[in-house]
Amino acid sequence: MNQRLRLLRKLFLSTLYLSAFTFGGGYVIITLMKQKFVDHYHWIEEEEMLDLVAIAQSTPGAIAVNGAIVIGYKLAGPLGALVAIVGTVLPPFVIISLLSLCYETFQGLYAVQKILEGMQAGVGAVIASVAWDMGRGVVEERDTVSTVILIASFVASCFLEINVVYIILICGVLGVVRTLLEKRRAAK
Amino acid sequence: MIYWQLFLSFIQIGLFSFGGGYAAMPLIQGQVVTLHQWLNMEEFTNLITISQMTPGPIAINSATFVGMKIAGVPGALVATLGCILPACILVTVLAKLYLRYRNLSVLQSVLHSLRPAVVALIAAAGVSILLTAFWGTGAAVTLAGTNWVLVVLFALCVVLLKRFRWNPILVMVLAGVLNLAAGLLRF
Repeated sequence: MNQRLRLLRKLFLSTLYLSAFTFGGGYVIITLMKQKFVDHYHWIEEEEMLDLVAIAQSTPGAIAVNGAIVIGYKLAGPLGALVAIVGTVLPPFVIISLLSLCYETFQGLYAVQKILEGMQAGVGAVIASVAWDMGRGVVEERDTVSTVILIASFVASCFLEINVVYIILICGVLGVVRTLLEKRRAAK
Repeated sequence: MIYWQLFLSFIQIGLFSFGGGYAAMPLIQGQVVTLHQWLNMEEFTNLITISQMTPGPIAINSATFVGMKIAGVPGALVATLGCILPACILVTVLAKLYLRYRNLSVLQSVLHSLRPAVVALIAAAGVSILLTAFWGTGAAVTLAGTNWVLVVLFALCVVLLKRFRWNPILVMVLAGVLNLAAGLLRF
């Protein structure tokens, strides 16, 4: 029992630490989790970790949270998952809560307004750059269906203003149908 | 019943954002800006900017931020809980199935089909952020109404990011400071 408590405490502290100091996206934190739990603590095998990461990526939601859940669950069952979730969510929750209070106060200042306005152009550029890289990855697969999905989804969201949830649902169904067709073709 | 609405909205965001990070952005925009008008487009863009500069996933940051703004700390708790609930259930079930059967190929190939859609939705969200930056919230797109300083800053940022591989946070801070400088010099 004592050993289990120690494991849970270590799990909590590691996820808390990783979440508080990881800037920039789920893939970064997943890499750091691998370093911590596979290379440092030797709690999980490398190959198993890759599969757990695949689960974290294939499930909807933030990759950092999903990663924490699979690792916590694998190490200590539902309680482990819970501990890992709390550890991961706590830092952003506290930071953003505090920031949202200051934000209201500072928002009226001229300098803050101008900086935020300028940063809109910056964040637009960051998103454009990410979308460009990812989009090129899709187009370079030279898979007609993927390219059509890419263009159709963009038109549907940007010009027709169709709800994002429907677009994702339709593409998900399309993916299932496509996979089934490919499996049937391969079986023949 | 604002708590219930927050909870339901963020459950949808948690449930349909495949691919992490930016993938949640169009969904958050749909729920928070378009549907419930809890934030306007400008506040939403500020939220994305803040999310970029603080640790933590965009979805969690947004849930906390919107919840705080709409209904204080209980609101933030409810929204954040809603945001992670779908993942908690789905990931645990999948992890359980995996530890028993260890076969994920179908899921992986479905994901392969979802990816182009997610990329397109990220691009579309980027477009609406830029429209707001260049022409203001809900304003008409006209040549005279264009904020040229921001257009130039955008072009500069793209070059710094793509050509010189600058760190995104640094690029955003620079854009903010340059815009302030431009504003001060004009007066």
